[in-house]
Amino acid sequence: MTQPLAAPTDTIDLAAEYCEAGVADVLDRLDAELVGLAPVKRRVREIAALLLVDRVRERLGLASTPPSLHMCFTGNPGTGKTTLALRMAEILQRLGYVRKGHVVAVTRDDLVGQFIGHTAPKTKDVLKRAMGGVLFIDEAYYLFRPENEKDYGQEAIEILLQVMENQRDDLVVILAGYADRMDRFFESNPGMKSRIAHHVEFPDYSNAELAQIAERMLADWNYRFDAAGRAAFDDYLHHRRAKPHFANARSVRNALDRMRLRQALRLFDGATPVAADDLQILTAADVRASRHFHPTPPTLVGQAPPDAEIDAYDPDRIPERSDY
Amino acid sequence: MRITQGAFSFLPDLTDTQIAAQIEYCLRNDWAVAIEFTDDPHPRNTYWSMWGHPMFDLADAAGAMQALRECREARPGHYIRINAFDPSAGWETVRLSFIVGRPAVEPGFRLVRREGPGRTLHYTLESYAVGHRPEGERYAT
Repeated sequence: MTQPLAAPTDTIDLAAEYCEAGVADVLDRLDAELVGLAPVKRRVREIAALLLVDRVRERLGLASTPPSLHMCFTGNPGTGKTTLALRMAEILQRLGYVRKGHVVAVTRDDLVGQFIGHTAPKTKDVLKRAMGGVLFIDEAYYLFRPENEKDYGQEAIEILLQVMENQRDDLVVILAGYADRMDRFFESNPGMKSRIAHHVEFPDYSNAELAQIAERMLADWNYRFDAAGRAAFDDYLHHRRAKPHFANARSVRNALDRMRLRQALRLFDGATPVAADDLQILTAADVRASRHFHPTPPTLVGQAPPDAEIDAYDPDRIPERSDY
Repeated sequence: MRITQGAFSFLPDLTDTQIAAQIEYCLRNDWAVAIEFTDDPHPRNTYWSMWGHPMFDLADAAGAMQALRECREARPGHYIRINAFDPSAGWETVRLSFIVGRPAVEPGFRLVRREGPGRTLHYTLESYAVGHRPEGERYAT
């Protein structure tokens, strides 16, 4: 480069740039709306700062390679990966790195076909839909099945890689999944690993954070706990965390749904007139009816413990359900 | 002889940037973009072959442009057009159709005369490019 376009004395107000791009607004909302996740928020801030600085450098004619934006989100279920992907798309769009800022969320089934020649059109179709935005691949490690060498997942990975490399302007790919499985996935697909610049790890929520999330969800739905209900919910979280298939905020959401069902039934069976307040309040009884307060003897899985009221709405009751 | 069908056909050929801008316009109106090709330039040849499926759920022109590049590569020397289908109630039809690719040389049409009973004449057109060659070989050099 013979001559920089800007004299070295030229200054640029990064703060003004930051406000102008409207990124501040998105980041503030991210801080306000998402509970906890401090390391994730810091990483997002770092990425946003890098992109902003890159944009300013480009304007000043300081050559820099266009940043690679593909990301990998790892963490346990229900830790906010999908939510963050939506926010990330918004940030990238405000900074001008993707044109439309929509998110296309897919899993293996959307990318991989069922017979020879089915995978390529399917994957390409998804890629076409995602262009101008963000392609969010949930549980990306399922794409690669090492135990079956004829698996069509490899074909999808190759098409993905090609587009990730050649059409960086058109598309940002975000992979998501459990940390350990993603590590194994990257080990067997070094090409994928080298094309992903940002690895973001999502920690589990603490019980206090989950309780806060629960209160926000309830407030959104115009519900609230009474004091005893709130204490019972803290107890509930403590019990639930120890059980298998604990999925952080998603478990909280499902638990709240079941508590709403119990509350509705309680009011319905109460046969007394209800006030607006009664319709909003979840009591300790609604919380404590949960299965997790009544340890089931292992031989009686699926059967009601004799001393406890059966929690008919609890999907965990059915042993083969694993998605909760 | 330059074939003039659909929108913009009296203008110079659109550049890729212009095509992308037109596709953007279609997508902004929630129209589904489809790519079609043929090597028969006859004006009454209405139904061209489809290149892939119509692209519903597209958000950005980049996807359609990629399909167009693939089509051009696989079908050199063909006419290629983009159709934008409006699925909204009351329309449910193609709202915009324009040619985005044509063969390098277009030889034009021959006037065919067929003599009928009583010395009547019936006129029709036949493309020199089509000749009597089958589909896919018509613009072969």
